[in-house]
Amino acid sequence: MAELTKKDFASPAEVKWCPGCGDYAIMNAVREGMVQAGKPRDEVAIVSGIGCSSRFPYYMETYGFHTIHGRAAAIASGLKVANPKLDVWVISGDGDSTAIGGNHFIHAIRRNINLNYVLINNKIYGLTKGQYSPCSEMGQYSKTSPYGVIDYPMAPLKAAMGMGATFIARGLDAIPKLSEEITTRGVKHNGFSMMEIYANCVIYNDGAHKALTDKETGANHRIILRNGEKMIYGADNQLCLVQDGFGIKSANVADVAEGDILVHNEKDAALGALLAGMRPDAGLPIALGIIYADGSKKTYDQMVYEQIDAVKAKRGRTVQKVMEEGHTWTV
Amino acid sequence: MAENAKLTKTEQIVVKFTGDSGDGMQLIGNQLTALAALDGNDVNSLPDYPSEIRAPAGTIAGVSGFQMCLGDHKVYTAGDAPDVLVAFNPAAVKHSSKFVKPGGMIITNADSFTEKAMEKVGYKSNPLEDGSLAGYDVKAIPMTTLVREALADMDMPNAAKDRCKNFFTMGVLCWLFDKDKNLVLNFIQEKFGPKAKKPLLQVAEANTKAFTAGLNYGETTIMFQERYTMGAAQIEKGLYRNITGNDASALAIAAAGAKSGLQPFIGSYPITPATDLLHYASEFKDLGLVTMQMEDEIAGICCAVGAACAGNLAFTTTSGPGLALKTEAAGMALILEVPLVIVNVQRGGPCTGLPTKTEQSDLLQSMFGRNGDSYMPIIAANSPADCFNACFQGAKIALKYRTPVIVLTDGYIGQGSCPWKVPKLEELEDLTPYVNFYKPEDHPGETYQPYKRNPETLARDWAIPGTKGCQHRIGTLEKDALTGAVSHDPMNHHIMTETRLKKVELVANDLPALEINGKESNKILVVSWGGTYGAVKGAVDRLIAEGKPVSGINLSWAWPFPKNLGDILSRFDKVLVPELNMGQLSLMLRAKYLVDVQSLSKVQGDPFREYEVIDKVNEMLGE
Ligand SMILES: Cc1ncc(C[n+]2csc(CCOP(=O)(O)OP(=O)(O)O)c2C)c(N)n1
Ligand code: SF4
Ligand SMILES: [Mg+2]
Repeated sequence: MAELTKKDFASPAEVKWCPGCGDYAIMNAVREGMVQAGKPRDEVAIVSGIGCSSRFPYYMETYGFHTIHGRAAAIASGLKVANPKLDVWVISGDGDSTAIGGNHFIHAIRRNINLNYVLINNKIYGLTKGQYSPCSEMGQYSKTSPYGVIDYPMAPLKAAMGMGATFIARGLDAIPKLSEEITTRGVKHNGFSMMEIYANCVIYNDGAHKALTDKETGANHRIILRNGEKMIYGADNQLCLVQDGFGIKSANVADVAEGDILVHNEKDAALGALLAGMRPDAGLPIALGIIYADGSKKTYDQMVYEQIDAVKAKRGRTVQKVMEEGHTWTV
Repeated sequence: MAENAKLTKTEQIVVKFTGDSGDGMQLIGNQLTALAALDGNDVNSLPDYPSEIRAPAGTIAGVSGFQMCLGDHKVYTAGDAPDVLVAFNPAAVKHSSKFVKPGGMIITNADSFTEKAMEKVGYKSNPLEDGSLAGYDVKAIPMTTLVREALADMDMPNAAKDRCKNFFTMGVLCWLFDKDKNLVLNFIQEKFGPKAKKPLLQVAEANTKAFTAGLNYGETTIMFQERYTMGAAQIEKGLYRNITGNDASALAIAAAGAKSGLQPFIGSYPITPATDLLHYASEFKDLGLVTMQMEDEIAGICCAVGAACAGNLAFTTTSGPGLALKTEAAGMALILEVPLVIVNVQRGGPCTGLPTKTEQSDLLQSMFGRNGDSYMPIIAANSPADCFNACFQGAKIALKYRTPVIVLTDGYIGQGSCPWKVPKLEELEDLTPYVNFYKPEDHPGETYQPYKRNPETLARDWAIPGTKGCQHRIGTLEKDALTGAVSHDPMNHHIMTETRLKKVELVANDLPALEINGKESNKILVVSWGGTYGAVKGAVDRLIAEGKPVSGINLSWAWPFPKNLGDILSRFDKVLVPELNMGQLSLMLRAKYLVDVQSLSKVQGDPFREYEVIDKVNEMLGE
């Protein structure tokens, strides 16, 4: 069979997101990831929750399950364990993942189930027409925060590192190539691939990430990480990251010795946790790209069957035998 | 010498054990159950434990119990008032003596009646001496002293020796009930002897000594004037095993997996009294049974739905509050139309309620506890052994109709035990015909339509992920009646809602016609469902034997109802429904058949006793 293209992963359904919605770019990136993974379409399943972003499966020429709000991670966990041969993707919004679904989200990461998890973060509840989410910023105005949000925001990738994540990455709808790199690496990662992709909601949170996307200044607030490369960023590559006690700080390249500029190491979990939590309000850029990746940890779905095989080898009972165990007698 | 204690033939004996919850009441109860069953009796038992694992020792709150009935005939319940109470300390005596039959026997540990222990439960004077137990035949045995004496030459701490009290008591009971001592001796060897999974040779020796001391005690003291013997019950031939309802359910899940050819899968979260099911099933890795202990009940059912979508035979197991959490996802299975079995071991509600006590108060939750018009079939197990059947049938109906099914058991039958005739796997119904996943090669030239239906069962065509060329999208939004694509069309929703209800009604085609216990038409019909089966059956049998104009039926399916139910109800002047709730089945029968059902409610954490049903029927008969 000829190699599949992105088009082959488009279902005939009409896409109903608002024109300009960030979800389009992300869908494109996911299709690219699927092309790169090289699995036939009938061995790919997408599970989503509820939200604008969760309409995603309808637009994809794969098996798709549009389920209930917040539970996609749990449903996908069962699906993947039941049939590990499938490539299983989860598409979920920031509300879906971190509010109602927070519990399932963190535990799926903890189990390291081999899922490709795309958290589309527009820092708002889109589908229900504009309420703030756990990822909304302090002070953000929305229909349920007309005077500004007073909840401290959640950092999904930092939470993921706390749960022992094996792969975290962050993308931005405005940088489609980077999103494609992330989905391609994510689908190939052996383990739970946590991909947070920032998206704009043109209707309810327009400019959700404008600090990062601004043509002039955006590059000063984001750093695109490359494994093994020095962490330098800024519109003119004028900024860099250096060590600061147990933490990290931003510095002018001109002001530091070249050797003091930190080098990105995907496999360094402590570094990953720091990078995941960087925020502009602490004078640090938002980390984009592959922040942490270590595929050496066994996956849950793999261990389920290893354990079954081990117990089979050791005990190897049949259903009949087990039914006849215990205190039996013959009448 | 009591060697010539009179041996009296008896038809049934009800025994209750009570003691500190840490003292192993379930263990000794189960041992006597096994002993009686091995000896040919029919047995039924009911554990009764407090919700605190170790409430303060010696307090009333910490009393744990286990009641059982052994008989030379079919016994349907753990019995009414105990003939023999074995109460291991003053708290247990204080807690349980009032339940004993007038003149019944109370066996207790005389050594435990210290000032301090009595004071703790408010005994001002020693009840063994002050005549307050005068109405009973009290056997105060210095168990601690006797056991320590029997184990005097063993090098173990007194605390460990004292734990052998249970086997000492077994010795006394073995003698008192004329049972074969070798059955117990063999059991000790099997459990602790050199060939055991975890041999504990010292424990084996100590228990053997304590047991023998108990036997000898019965034989040589003058305390007992009478002992009891009982014939074997008439039981269908076969291999038997004593089993709890929860264990039977776990086995049914494994068996249904084997008979369907699908990988069995349980998504769950621990909750009393359903947890034992998950414990047992978790041991079945060698049977290829996948168990996922999730982060909560919602995740439990959700991963089961995911597994079902992938073509596993999926179950989720829980109890009342857990079922409440599962409601939205149960609706998801319903609208996706995938097979799923929800096993709910009911307990006292509402909310946390009485975790360790039985109740049947989740019937209406099972029936109506979801948003939208969302019916699903409900099957109710009527005994510990019947849990096997209920779960297996649940799996069959779920597969055949592509629907979630609720299996209702309860704390009483889930934790209670009775002999179970072990089936031969090859004799169980083959479930493979109901699997029939959609395969494109079986339908040349056809485009796969996920909501195209089998006209007989209304089960939809179902292609699981991985099926070549059948990739499609489904979801929890209303779907087009054929393509499964999202549809907001008003008439389509009406049709889909009707179809989902109709499909569940069609399950009635699979249900056997109800059989009436007694005359086909009569003054009073007593309807049992689920766990009330035993008490109602026993009561109706006795009433019929007394010539009373009473008949009985038992409902295994609480939804849909068997087809001949309406007709049967109409043939009786009065209908009585005893249930462990405030009249939930009564409400359903009244609504469906416009029959003036009378309800006998009991929500005391305890199953019905036969006499309660008999008294109510007599009252209705004006007697
Ligand atoms: C149980 C339940 N509660 C609430 C809702 C309503 N609801 C649907 S989507 C949503 C939030 C969606 O926000 P997000 O996950 O960020 O997705 P987005 O629409 O922004 O892509 C809410 C509150 C629901 N469908 N189900
Ligand atoms: S409301 Fe926002 S998130 Fe939803 S489709 Fe429109 S732009 Fe996208
Ligand atoms: Mg959102």
